[in-house]
Amino acid sequence: MDFATVLQLLDSTLRLSTPLLLACLAGLFSERAGIFDIGLEGKMLASAFFSAAVAAATGSALLGLAAGMFASMALAALHGLASITFRGNQLISGVAINFLASGLTALIGQNWFKLGGRTPALSGDARFLPIDFYFSETLSSIPFIGPIYSELLSGHTLMVYVALAAVPATWWILFRTRFGLQLRAVGENPEAVDTAGLSVTALRYQATLICGLLCGLAGAYLATGMAAGFIRDMTAGKGFIALAALIFAKWRPGYALLACLLFGLLEAVAIRFQNIDVVGVGTVPVQFMQALPYILTVVILAGFIGKAIPPRAGGEPYAKERA
Amino acid sequence: MNANGSDLRRNTAAPAIELRNISKSFGAVIANRDISLSVAPGTIHGIVGENGAGKSTLMSILYGFYRADAGEIFINGAPTKIPDSKAAIAAGIGMVHQHFKLVHNFTVLENVVLGAEDGLTLRPTLARARKLLTDLADEYELNVDPNAVVEDLSVGHQQRVEILKALFRRADILILDEPTGVLTPPEADHLFRILASLRDEGKTIILITHKLREIMAATDTVSVMRRGEMTATLKTSETSPEQLAELMVGRKVLLRVDKKPAAPGPAVLEVDGLQVDGERGETALKNISFTVRAGEVLGVAGVAGNGQSELLRALGGISPAKGTVRVNGKAIDLAGADSGADARRRSGIAHVPEDRQSLGLVMEFKAWENMAFGYHDDPAFSRTKWLLDIEAMRSLTGVALNKYDVRPVDPNLVARNFSGGNQQKIVLAREIDRNPDLLIVGQPTRGVDIGAIEFIHQRVLELRDAGKAVLLVSVELDEILSLSDRIAVMFAGEIIGTRDASETDEKELGLLMAGIAGEARP
Amino acid sequence: MTALPKWADVALIPAINLVLAFFVSGLIVMWIGENPLDAMTVMIKGSIGSAYGWGYTLYYATNFIFTGLAVAIAFHARLFNIGGEGQAAIGGIGAALVCLHFGWPHWTLAFPAAIVGAAAFGAAWAAIPAYLQASRGSHIVITTIMFNFIASALLVYLLVNVMKAPGQMAPESRGFPAEAHLPTAHEMLAWIGVSFPRSPPVNVSLLIAFAASALVWVLIWRTRLGYAIRAMGWSEPAAIYAGIRPFRIIMITMMISGGLAGLMAINTVMGEAERLLLDPVQGAGFVGIAVALMGRSHPVGVVLAAILFGMLYQGGVELEFEMPAVSREMVLVIQALVILFTGALENMVRAPLERIALMFR
Repeated sequence: MDFATVLQLLDSTLRLSTPLLLACLAGLFSERAGIFDIGLEGKMLASAFFSAAVAAATGSALLGLAAGMFASMALAALHGLASITFRGNQLISGVAINFLASGLTALIGQNWFKLGGRTPALSGDARFLPIDFYFSETLSSIPFIGPIYSELLSGHTLMVYVALAAVPATWWILFRTRFGLQLRAVGENPEAVDTAGLSVTALRYQATLICGLLCGLAGAYLATGMAAGFIRDMTAGKGFIALAALIFAKWRPGYALLACLLFGLLEAVAIRFQNIDVVGVGTVPVQFMQALPYILTVVILAGFIGKAIPPRAGGEPYAKERA
Repeated sequence: MNANGSDLRRNTAAPAIELRNISKSFGAVIANRDISLSVAPGTIHGIVGENGAGKSTLMSILYGFYRADAGEIFINGAPTKIPDSKAAIAAGIGMVHQHFKLVHNFTVLENVVLGAEDGLTLRPTLARARKLLTDLADEYELNVDPNAVVEDLSVGHQQRVEILKALFRRADILILDEPTGVLTPPEADHLFRILASLRDEGKTIILITHKLREIMAATDTVSVMRRGEMTATLKTSETSPEQLAELMVGRKVLLRVDKKPAAPGPAVLEVDGLQVDGERGETALKNISFTVRAGEVLGVAGVAGNGQSELLRALGGISPAKGTVRVNGKAIDLAGADSGADARRRSGIAHVPEDRQSLGLVMEFKAWENMAFGYHDDPAFSRTKWLLDIEAMRSLTGVALNKYDVRPVDPNLVARNFSGGNQQKIVLAREIDRNPDLLIVGQPTRGVDIGAIEFIHQRVLELRDAGKAVLLVSVELDEILSLSDRIAVMFAGEIIGTRDASETDEKELGLLMAGIAGEARP
Repeated sequence: MTALPKWADVALIPAINLVLAFFVSGLIVMWIGENPLDAMTVMIKGSIGSAYGWGYTLYYATNFIFTGLAVAIAFHARLFNIGGEGQAAIGGIGAALVCLHFGWPHWTLAFPAAIVGAAAFGAAWAAIPAYLQASRGSHIVITTIMFNFIASALLVYLLVNVMKAPGQMAPESRGFPAEAHLPTAHEMLAWIGVSFPRSPPVNVSLLIAFAASALVWVLIWRTRLGYAIRAMGWSEPAAIYAGIRPFRIIMITMMISGGLAGLMAINTVMGEAERLLLDPVQGAGFVGIAVALMGRSHPVGVVLAAILFGMLYQGGVELEFEMPAVSREMVLVIQALVILFTGALENMVRAPLERIALMFR
């Protein structure tokens, strides 16, 4: 493998990791506050559709992004209604939201565009375009560092940089601010939050909505950044890989970046090489590469490599009055 | 502050807390009925009552955790609405709950500041809290490491964090709900010293407990609650434990149950070097040895949390243990493949667990299903190798409910819909009716009404008189003294002393429970 | 405390939830610009208005009974088996191997063998998450989700690299031998002289689904194992106190659950396609969640809910044909709303009803 190939591989790793990372951080906010969310997939999908649809209609990627975030946050609010206000089962709510998004996007997509569930192909300002760093042309001739700067780091869409910046921002919010302290507390022991005079409901809704917002970014990136339009079920399990990455990362922002980069790399390798010949092992089929994130997550969950301990109050609806 | 000072305050200032005609019910259960209470500032006011008398509910209303159905609250003379904890904190009320409300993986500082932060970022608040902790450490003996993670602290220290939380919020009124239930006697004494110095600083303290000793030792005034009502408010110096006990239960307490002298036979349970590891790897039971003979009740006394629960769980086959345990001379498997509760039942042990609601019953099962719980492999309940004989289960249950005076006699009623006493009778009926060689029973009358208590005590003694062995674990010293033939006292995971019931008294046992071993007696 | 009478719990609340789900679905249809009542008429006519429609409805219902029972029995042990999709896919491999690798003289011999093969493969696939939950505390919801994806990758790998019919491009196995053909309703009813359309794929597997429902009922409510499963579902500490071993119950329950999900393959793989295709499950594993919730985890409820969802799926196909503006994904939306209202938003309906019930005490 030559340097250029490695660079291309890493470049696509970065692109493929971005939706995972945004969705993973989304899940991190929600689950740190004690709301399990297996509906990341559905929220991303809803956002992908509505961002592409609105971008197609208005020709503005930004308006598309706003629509996508709104759709995703609406589903997040529904999840909040079910799991916070009505104390329903968070897992079941997540399942329902995934189906709702999958069904609604296909139904409405066919109804609006009559393209078999697709949106029209987006071009120009209806997409997020690559941002070229300053001097990337000039510097590309410098050996080694030049190509890294101009090909790997430069030339991605806005959302890639937003996702990367979201990692330290998430860390800072969670561990250095008042809101973060309260959010983590409500995921560990909501009674402590309640008796401290804070509103469990408000905190959990805030976390859920942040989750919706970040899933919205992820979905919009899929449809208007990485691809040029929406196709049916285009998230294709990315929401679940993000969930896997979240567990893999043990609910920590820094590890989340590493986990998403790893899973992105696996995807990039699978796309580029299909079946890989590994010396001494034989041919590794592409399906194995695709399944590897899930397998790794199961291994982590089984506690064979360190133990993944979720927030203690996760999944439990908070009921104050005894029945 | 001396007695005169308190009196003066009482005459001039408005009550720190005044409750008028508070009522609260949960569904059909009335927890508080028309309660009025007035507490003078700068005093320690005790509230006593049995479990379920409504003390915790009343205080939860004062702290905004529940909303009263009716009634008014006045704080320092001003009418105050307390719809939530936030309002309670704003009114200067702090509460130390029976079950601490701490975030287990946060540091002490983070727990103290939670919900009382100053600005966007944490740093300034944490600094302020650190300073307060250093100041208070000396002033009130409230020292605790600010950087320690809460789950690594002892129970006593965790309680101090709760007090510090309240003080950080500038609470003037401090409510403590059963604060000594999990403390060792020295820790409890330490707590009372802290409370006294807080009182002397002018804080008002409400101490909820069901332990009369603590009321007498720590409070200035005391109120008694019974079945959701406030039955009396007295000056502590003008009352006696006997009077308070009578007010609590509504009539003279029967301290001794009539019982025949014991006729002990051969050893049924022989425990030798029993050892159990606690949740965090510490040793919860250290090398326990004792014997229970046929036809006797061995009472195990002690402050809650000194290893009694672990003893019951180990003997009942719920958690693994090391050492040797023989039943009728046969060693039982303590940690291997055959160490489950099913094997214990086969070897002749019946177990009435401490917590009937989470262990002894499946609350959503009907009475007939619960009556077979743990014995569902019994041939009497089986039609074939696989199928249950439901008709047999139902009819046997009907008989047992009558025999044990369970109301209502409805085998199809779900366990949750029986009262606490009747639930306990169902467990007891199931375990005793099988005529076990050994009954191990924990807190048999916790949360049970007076009438049922006598009934339950009678059944336990009947079993003894039928020549069976009984191991009774209770934190109620009265119960231990009235039922047991011999008494073992547990302290810090060990049996610190064993006495004949006829040769000891509350005072000696109290010293033992506090970890002060008297002269060694066999 | 449950204030509600039993009939409200088992019939009224599911009915209200269903009405709510249909109402919201109707709003969506209106938004699309069609008349919801017309849409409903088309769906009902298309699904149960003819023998042909019934044939398809019951074919789908067969799948949903199996996957619904799979989710339901796990619910009794308070395990949320979201992995029916993967277990059914692996069950398909089991059924296909049985049909392809032995020379069966007659379907009556091939069928029981395929039942065993499909159930065993499904059970084995569920056993791994079960073991991880029981012995290492790995959250079974997450592991079964992961196992759905792993199963799908495994199936693709096998169909592309191992089981693909020689000389063929499409990733599918070769067709099963004619001796492994299961009698359809058309053929079976012809034996007794009743005529039934030829094309609907409903087949003898439906009878197995009914039998499975009866057996699950006996298991849960009449056997010692079922008693232990329910006890463990209500309270694990209490179960341990009673001498019930959680490890054993989790393993057994999940393997029964996975076996039931795997059984679905006899209907789709053996009964309909008669070969192993890339996606032999087609979402039926997830429909099982809706069916179990709707049916209150009771076998009778599961059968009724499965038939309802069979109607929805068949009606959805007709709907797309009659009203092109409403594509068949409408069914997915209705399914989502049923799961949402019966599973996640249940308290929205239950709490007011309980308050009303208290007033009449």
